Amino acid sequence: MTPVSGSEAGASASVTSLPEPVVRVSGLVKRFGDRAVLDGLDLEIRRGEFVALLGRSGSGKSTLLRALAGLEPVSGGELDVRGTVSVAFQEPRLVPWKRVAANVALGLDDPDPIVAAAAALTEVGLLGHRDAWPLTLSGGEAQRVSLARALVRKPGLLLLDEPFSALDALTRITVHRLVLDLWARHRPGVLLVTHDVDEALLLADRVLVLEDGRIAHQSTVGLDRPRHRDHPELIELRTVLLDRLGVTVEGTS
Amino acid sequence: MSAPSLDLARPAGRVRNVPIRLPRGALVRLASPLALLVLWQLAGTTGLLPERLLAAPSTIAATALDLVQDGTLTGAIGVSLRRAVLGFLLGAAAGVGLALVAGLSRLGEHAVDPPMQMLRALPLFGLIPLFILWFGIGETPKVALVAFGVAFPLYLNTYAGIRGVDAKLAELGRVLRLGRTALIRHIVLPGALPQTLVGLRQSLGVAWLALIVAEQINADRGLGFMINDAREFLRTDVVVVGLLTYALLGLLTDAFVRLLERRALAWRHEFRA
Ligand SMILES: Nc1ncnc2c1ncn2[C@@H]1O[C@H](COP(=O)(O)OP(=O)(O)OP(=O)(O)O)[C@@H](O)[C@H]1O
Ligand SMILES: [Mg+2]
Repeated sequence: MTPVSGSEAGASASVTSLPEPVVRVSGLVKRFGDRAVLDGLDLEIRRGEFVALLGRSGSGKSTLLRALAGLEPVSGGELDVRGTVSVAFQEPRLVPWKRVAANVALGLDDPDPIVAAAAALTEVGLLGHRDAWPLTLSGGEAQRVSLARALVRKPGLLLLDEPFSALDALTRITVHRLVLDLWARHRPGVLLVTHDVDEALLLADRVLVLEDGRIAHQSTVGLDRPRHRDHPELIELRTVLLDRLGVTVEGTS
Repeated sequence: MSAPSLDLARPAGRVRNVPIRLPRGALVRLASPLALLVLWQLAGTTGLLPERLLAAPSTIAATALDLVQDGTLTGAIGVSLRRAVLGFLLGAAAGVGLALVAGLSRLGEHAVDPPMQMLRALPLFGLIPLFILWFGIGETPKVALVAFGVAFPLYLNTYAGIRGVDAKLAELGRVLRLGRTALIRHIVLPGALPQTLVGLRQSLGVAWLALIVAEQINADRGLGFMINDAREFLRTDVVVVGLLTYALLGLLTDAFVRLLERRALAWRHEFRA
């Protein structure tokens, strides 16, 4: 099986002006016991690139993300992560005994962390909640605080592990817009782990599928944002991706 | 004392929502204690209940007033309070200090936790003979008994609190690049605080109990001495005043801890309210 297949549009377009990679992984192996969850995985993410990672449950998406975040020691291969890395987890992981602003500023290496935190909270539209206790926030608000906390560190690489999966459909749309907005403004490299093919197609430049411990498929999405889920190109890509994930779609194509 | 249903931990705002029911409920709850008090008083004045068994409430009240006025009671309280506070501070410092050592390092855990777990099995009051042998019969054995009793609940709870800190938050600390000191300060210690406060409450209960027992055994000053002395002269009124004083001190410290909890754990309470 070739590690990378599928559409290659844009990959070789302008070699000279490509921004520098923030992640360079080659031959990555991660074993739990004698089972290799990641098995010779190659991956490159450039600054400003928005990459979505799909894969069946248990395929190792979170493991890869945790390895990139330095939370999981790897068993083999090369792993090169440049610059600051920020992570937003599936659950917001706010520190319950710190007020919202203090959560955002926690561990922040900045001459004036309070001002920086206030600015980040303004960006996610929650400045008014800066003195609130995390337990009083709604799920969507908490997730936005978590995003503010990740972005205030000005990361070169932003790792998102299904951060939207617990949100209701409406809130999810709002937060999608917010993430695109923040991404466009700060241009970190993004790796978004998700179960939701539509979410991946609406947000990402590149959609990867993890299978058998490697990137088994990649689709490039060249459309401008904001995207419409019923754009013909997206419909086509969706079918391809669902197929890769082992879901056959009836009534389309 | 005040109405029994008055809950100090209840946020003030909620009282306003039930303006009629609260006083009436309090009155209902007060009815039977009041009736008992009246019966007790009647039994006392009719001679049904002899004073050498139990003095009547009116006698007790008068005695209490006398004891306060001649300074006996206040002096005794001062002496006992000093023992309690000193013992508590020593025990708390030891308990929390050891819990930090055991909770924050592997080496500390291996060195401190096994002996602590063994020592906690010792019956506190069974130690009194040893304490008397070691420390004589002055203030030291009393303070030591209180300290010993206080140290264990605080140790066990603080240690469990530190060990029970959410691993996901510890991982967050790594992601945010918190150093070890910052991790302990911002995540570990505040995370252990609720459990420590549980320990604090337990330990204060133990502290009063230990003090009462220690003062019964040998004392020439303090509340325990006052009670023992009164027993010899069949002064049940003084005995009861002493008991009520112990109770009042216990209630006061409990109210203090609740206040502390409300301030320290505001992040939880405001959420519930
Ligand atoms: N600490 C661990 N010890 C042992 N096995 C583990 C550990 N962490 C993950 N695994 C295993 O590795 C595999 C991949 O797990 P991972 O969490 O990366 O999957 P995932 O793709 O994120 O799944 P999901 O979509 O359900 O979140 C799973 O089979 C899991 O049981
Ligand atoms: Mg996962």
